[in-house]
Amino acid sequence: MSSNIKAIPTGEKESVRVAYGKALVKLGEKNEKVVVLDADLAQATMTNAFQKAFPARHYDCGIAEANMVDIAAGMSTMGLIPFCSTFAVFAGRSYDQIRNGVCYPKFNVKFGFSHAGITLGEDGGSHQAIEDLALMRVLPNMTVFAPSDANECYQCVEAAAEIDGPVYIRTARLASPVYEARPFEVGKGQVIKEGKDCVIFTCGIMLEHTLEAVQRLQEQGVDAALVHFHTIKPFDKELALAWALKTGHVFTVEEHSVIGGLGDAVADAICGKGAFTFQKIGIDDVFGQSGKPADLLKEYGLDGESIASKILAK
Amino acid sequence: MEVRELEKVAKQVRRDIIIMTNKAGAGHPGGSLSCTDALVALYFDVMKGVDPADDKNPNRDRFVLSKGHAAPALYGTLCERGFFGREEFDKFRQLHGILQGHPDIKKCPGVDASTGSLGQGISIAVGMALGAKHTGNPCHVYTMIGDGESDEGLVWEASMAAAHYKLDNLTVILDHNGMQIDGTNDQVMSLGDVWAKFQAFGYDMIEVKDGNDMQQVLDALRAPACPGKPRFILLQTLKGKGVSFMEGQVGWHGKAPNNEQAAQALKELED
Repeated sequence: MSSNIKAIPTGEKESVRVAYGKALVKLGEKNEKVVVLDADLAQATMTNAFQKAFPARHYDCGIAEANMVDIAAGMSTMGLIPFCSTFAVFAGRSYDQIRNGVCYPKFNVKFGFSHAGITLGEDGGSHQAIEDLALMRVLPNMTVFAPSDANECYQCVEAAAEIDGPVYIRTARLASPVYEARPFEVGKGQVIKEGKDCVIFTCGIMLEHTLEAVQRLQEQGVDAALVHFHTIKPFDKELALAWALKTGHVFTVEEHSVIGGLGDAVADAICGKGAFTFQKIGIDDVFGQSGKPADLLKEYGLDGESIASKILAK
Repeated sequence: MEVRELEKVAKQVRRDIIIMTNKAGAGHPGGSLSCTDALVALYFDVMKGVDPADDKNPNRDRFVLSKGHAAPALYGTLCERGFFGREEFDKFRQLHGILQGHPDIKKCPGVDASTGSLGQGISIAVGMALGAKHTGNPCHVYTMIGDGESDEGLVWEASMAAAHYKLDNLTVILDHNGMQIDGTNDQVMSLGDVWAKFQAFGYDMIEVKDGNDMQQVLDALRAPACPGKPRFILLQTLKGKGVSFMEGQVGWHGKAPNNEQAAQALKELED
């Protein structure tokens, strides 16, 4: 692809959840206040790396996600920085605890919730979180990250520890391309590619697939801009509006319901501030199902080819 | 503190509860009156490091009112202990008041956790006790749960964890007045053998036959911790204790006394 793309593949592949586990170990070495809590999924959330490195700082709370979150809330009042880890789908199960136990008193608790979206794959719709960004975005005091790749996940974990208050980090199971680390600032979007015909806003591991879509569009003579948001909240409204105004045609792409996620964050930022066409591309208010991640992305129209054809159809 | 003095404070707190709920025209007097004696014992005798001038002292003992709707009892106790002035009672449940409908750590001095969503306080208290152990903080964590609250699964998840982590720096107090909003515990959701159930979860158990008797409450709260086990104190209490027409009445769970009723209640609660 052309050299003006500011997402440079390293050639490696690693799932963001694996990076999360490694990032916690790095963070744990620097900051002894960091403790990690699991709900009997340390083997899957990859926090077993932290467990191995710092056994006395890892607490397995058993299969009781709600209790894990409130235990973390209590631990934070003793000056600790607890990272709660489980599947993103259990954000719903522990939601009252995240809301009232952590966000309402603005306790310093972090949530590294993995296996988000349909790319969770074979476990099926019961386990594929398509609503977690919406649930987390709506809570006052919460910061919401959706890193694109392993390197950005390191940046999000480090930033989370610096923030005094609750932080949600959405990670995926699927191994995805690792890009060279880009300059990272909480709450700031990244212009991955400039373009004049339309703009695509994306987040999380959809960066890979929107990059493919941009290439396909280029081949069809459409010069699309691509902007990635690792921070869904606080949202970089200025950047979103600037590119909406610059191009006049706005598309949002996320591995999440079209209701309440990145698309709505963009809509909040640009609605009523100019004349644009606007289309949200995501999970169209349906649950997922079992399947291979690549097949699921195709089925739900989130692979590069499907994204490009939806944009071309506009 | 002398038992007689504590009883005097408890009576004042009961008057505060009536005054607050009457002025607000809302609140939960029944379950506040049942747990008043234990709260006074905690804040005026048992808890170490309680200091209105330094309410963020990291080594202070903590209290979490898991049955957060009994906020009037906590507010009365904190006020008598000197955390804020009586003028705050006027703004109980009112706009810009520090005395929110349920305790708010961000707004009210002396409050150690925001509670009200039932089941969460005990779980947060478990986290505090675990965090204290982790950091070597010598504090003791107390939490009070309700019997209606014990319908919540989280109470039992938290209890399992308290025993698992051997939290002998944690005391869970059950205000067992036998009633909840929709009726008695047995009508709504029977707790069965509540002693056996909590004991089976791994607590070191103490029963207080009359949880509204200051001496009995003090004896239980002052009992030395059992190494390796969290403590559970089963307080047998009377809902609406101290106000004749509220005692044992389900209807006074979440209803405020009108002016006439408040006047009668205050008369009954005179020293």
